[in-house]
Amino acid sequence: MKAYISAINYYLPEQVLTNGQLVKEFPEWSVEKIANKIGVNKRHIASSDETSADLAIKAAEKLFVESGINREIIDFVLFCTQSPDYVLPTSACIIQEKLGLSTSCGALDFNLGCSGYVYGLSLAKGLVLGGIARNVLLLTGETYTKFIHPKDKGNRTIFGDGGSATLVSQTGFAEIGDFVLGTNGKGAENLIVRTGGAKFPNKLNDEMFGDHGNPISSDHLYMNGSEIFNFTIDVVPHLICDLLQKNHLTSENINSFIFHQANVFMLNFLRKKMKIPESKFPYYMSETGNTVSNTIPIVLYEENRKGLLKGYVVLAGFGVGYSWGGTVLKF
Amino acid sequence: MDLLTFTTNFADQFEETEISAFTPNTNYKELEEWSSLIALSIIAMIDEEYDVSIKGDDIRSAETIEDLFTIVKNRK
Repeated sequence: MKAYISAINYYLPEQVLTNGQLVKEFPEWSVEKIANKIGVNKRHIASSDETSADLAIKAAEKLFVESGINREIIDFVLFCTQSPDYVLPTSACIIQEKLGLSTSCGALDFNLGCSGYVYGLSLAKGLVLGGIARNVLLLTGETYTKFIHPKDKGNRTIFGDGGSATLVSQTGFAEIGDFVLGTNGKGAENLIVRTGGAKFPNKLNDEMFGDHGNPISSDHLYMNGSEIFNFTIDVVPHLICDLLQKNHLTSENINSFIFHQANVFMLNFLRKKMKIPESKFPYYMSETGNTVSNTIPIVLYEENRKGLLKGYVVLAGFGVGYSWGGTVLKF
Repeated sequence: MDLLTFTTNFADQFEETEISAFTPNTNYKELEEWSSLIALSIIAMIDEEYDVSIKGDDIRSAETIEDLFTIVKNRK
C-alpha cells in the first residue's frame, strides 16, 4: 500500500496589510527596501474573531467544493497549529463538529510551526499505511500576527495568517515518499512566545526595546533572526542531502524544490549555497507573507494548479523548535 | 585573509552608504543604514566568502569592521 496526496487547498483571511500601510505606521523605517529584500508585498491578517481553526475550516470547505470531495469519507483529522482555540478541548474535535465530519473520525492537534506540514504528511502517511485510516484530512492553520507586538515592524513585515487543507488517501496525484525528520530543542529560546502556556500562564508585561528599536516582550512573538538564519544554513543543506539519499535520488532527479517560504532573502541564500537552479525553486510569498505551516501547501497548490509539478518534488520545512523535516513527492 | 578585501565585502552589503564611509576602523553599528537585515547579509557573506559561521553575538560584541575581521580570521 502507498499513501498519496489526493486533494489540496488553502484559505487566506480577507483583511490585508500592505507595505503602504506599514510605511504609514513606521515612517522612519525603509519598509519598501526591507519588504523588497524579504520578498513580501502584502500579508493577510485574521480578524479579531477569526482563529486558526476557522481558517483551516474554510480551507477544508474550499477543498470539499473545488475537488468534489464527499466529507463522509474523512476518517481522521490532523490539525497543525500553535494557536489552538482553547487550552482544552483539542481544536480538531471542534473542527470535526463544525465541518460535519463523521463521529467515527479520529481527531488530534499537533503543535508545530514551519516544519508542521511535512510532519503532518508523515503522520497521515503512517495512519494510511498502518491501516488505521483511509482518508486523512491534514489541516494547518496559523495566526502568528496575533502574537506579534504592534511595534515589531520586522515580524509584522514577514508574517501573514492562513489555513490549508490536504487530503491524504490510498490513491491520489502525488505519492508521498520517505521522510527525514529532525529536532534540536536547544533552539527553543530563539523563536518563542513565552507566556500563555502552563509555564507562564499570565502575561509578564516585561516589554523592553532592544537592538534597532525593536520591542522584546515575553507576551509576544520573539524571533532571534540571526540565530534562526544560522540554524537554517547549517541544517537545511544536510536535510536535503540525507533526504535525497534516503529516497535513492540525486539533485538532478528533482524537478522542484519546495521549501518553507520563510523569506526570499534567506531562501535565495540557501538556494545559491545548495546550487539549486532558480527554475526549480518556486517562491510564493509576495502576496501572503510567511504563513508558517501553511507556506508549503500554498506553494504546492499554486504550482500544481499551473501544472508545473512533475516527477519528483522535494518538500522541506524548518523553523520553530528547532524542528525540521523533508519528504519527496512523486507526481 | 585580507583586511581590505574583507572591508570591501562588508561594504557590498550596504546599498545607500557611501563606500568612503567604510574603513577597518568604521564603527558599523553607528551607520545610519545599519539594520538587523544587514546583519544577516554580513553573516551570509562571511559564510559564503570565508566558510566561517559567525553569530549575532559576534556582530554585537565587535565594534569595528576590523574587530569582526579578527573574529572571522581566528575561526578560519
